[in-house]
Amino acid sequence: MSTATELRRARPVQAVLAPIVLGLLVVLAWQGAVTAFAIKPFILPAPFAIGAELAANLQSVLAGMTVTGGNALVGLLLGAVLGVLLAILSALVRVLDGMAAPIVSSIAVVPIVALAPVLYTMFGAGAETARQLVAALAVFVPVYFNTLRGLRQVRPVHRDLMRSYAASSWQATRTVTLPTALPFVFTGLRIASSLAVISALIAEYFGGPVGGLGKSITSAAASSNYGLAWAYVLGSIILGLVFYGGALGIEKLATRRT
Amino acid sequence: MSTLSNSAVPAVDVPAVDIRSVGRIFPGRKGASVTALDNVSLTVAPGEFVSLIGPSGCGKSTLLRLIADLDVPTSGNIRVFGKPARQARIDQDYGIAFQQAGLLPWRTVTGNIELPLELHGVDRPGRRARAAELIELVGLTEFAGSYPDQLSGGMQQRVAIARSLAERPSLLLMDEPFGALDEMTRERMQNELVRICAETAAAVVFVTHSIPEAVFLSNRVVVMSPRPGRIRRVVPVGLGAMRDRGEDLREDAGFFRSLSTVRDLLHGDDGPAIGAPRGVETR
Repeated sequence: MSTATELRRARPVQAVLAPIVLGLLVVLAWQGAVTAFAIKPFILPAPFAIGAELAANLQSVLAGMTVTGGNALVGLLLGAVLGVLLAILSALVRVLDGMAAPIVSSIAVVPIVALAPVLYTMFGAGAETARQLVAALAVFVPVYFNTLRGLRQVRPVHRDLMRSYAASSWQATRTVTLPTALPFVFTGLRIASSLAVISALIAEYFGGPVGGLGKSITSAAASSNYGLAWAYVLGSIILGLVFYGGALGIEKLATRRT
Repeated sequence: MSTLSNSAVPAVDVPAVDIRSVGRIFPGRKGASVTALDNVSLTVAPGEFVSLIGPSGCGKSTLLRLIADLDVPTSGNIRVFGKPARQARIDQDYGIAFQQAGLLPWRTVTGNIELPLELHGVDRPGRRARAAELIELVGLTEFAGSYPDQLSGGMQQRVAIARSLAERPSLLLMDEPFGALDEMTRERMQNELVRICAETAAAVVFVTHSIPEAVFLSNRVVVMSPRPGRIRRVVPVGLGAMRDRGEDLREDAGFFRSLSTVRDLLHGDDGPAIGAPRGVETR
């Protein structure tokens, strides 16, 4: 019993410590290589220099994260709600599923960010709408497919059981179908959370208002401010992690058992 | 007769299950249909324990599903407590347990047992009380708050049986409920089932592959043959009342005699079985 507890206690420390040690080693090797081989900053800036830039421009990096993060969040919520609702409809109405499947599949293979320039002309280059829509579209696909798959996972024995209880279709949906689908919905949301950030950020490369991380990266690189460009890249990595971590946290919260 | 209006207490003369000339044909591809059941007739009295036994494909599970109205016969008709099977299902006249426990993994043991009560509008204190009672009956008091994946296969199956008993049905339908269990657990579960049946006085239709299981549990064993599924013979076991059945019954001479009768019927030809006890019904 005590060994099991010790093991359980030792594992998280290892799990947290090991990647941190590896990450530090990589950063040190990187710093060492840049110094030793005198690598020019436009090829690869030293990590300490990037860190210093980040510290010096923390306000503007945070502002960029807020703008891009805001767009990603709006897109994530919009796409997720649409994805879940449409998946429920498709699961209930067979005809609708037949109609929607090829369309959603074709959305899945469209490079969604390619729509950004067209959307900018539709909604005006001064608005964030185009970016939010790009993120929403990117989010919609995995949420829709995962939710639909989840709604079809009801085991035959559970279906028989519900029939033997003479349960109404709403009762069966509430007690069996939706709880069965829930882990799949969250898997879709977890995938979608990173996609939302990526899409919102890449969409900025194609125009629209300044202030977001994508715009800041391109303008810093264009003005040869490589350390700053990398600092913004670091900001977008952190933003992606925040979204992924948030989705993971909500998933754990919703599917936890005491 | 007033029996039709009262489902909870069936009159003595109304059988728990009355199956008349039932056939079930599954349409296959390119017209190659499969006759799962052909002209099957069987009556189960209230409080009687009847096992359906036979090789795979003899239609025993199909027959159980027809009684439960999870499937509809192609011909013939089935009455449960004098009502059509569909009405009996809607009226919740039976409890059912499958080979897979089929518990909802996101509900605790208590939550799973409460499920049928919850669906049929029993209030919360009522559900709690009944679930606690049933958990005690199947000996899982310590595990009331556990989730199914924290339980062994045998424990999960006990939860499923408790769930099937939740609404005090006068008929229990069990489709190989111990099929996935090891021999030790299986015999212990059989002993428990005998005890539970003695306490609840419900009629049971029990599908199984196991000859000793069928003989140990039943008042009558229905031996079925495959392709097409038919009743070969109904063997009355006559090992006495449920409440008197214990572990020592497995060593009893009558137990072995019935065992070999059922075995001969399953393995041998359809001719008059050698050494068959008197009173065997031939169909």
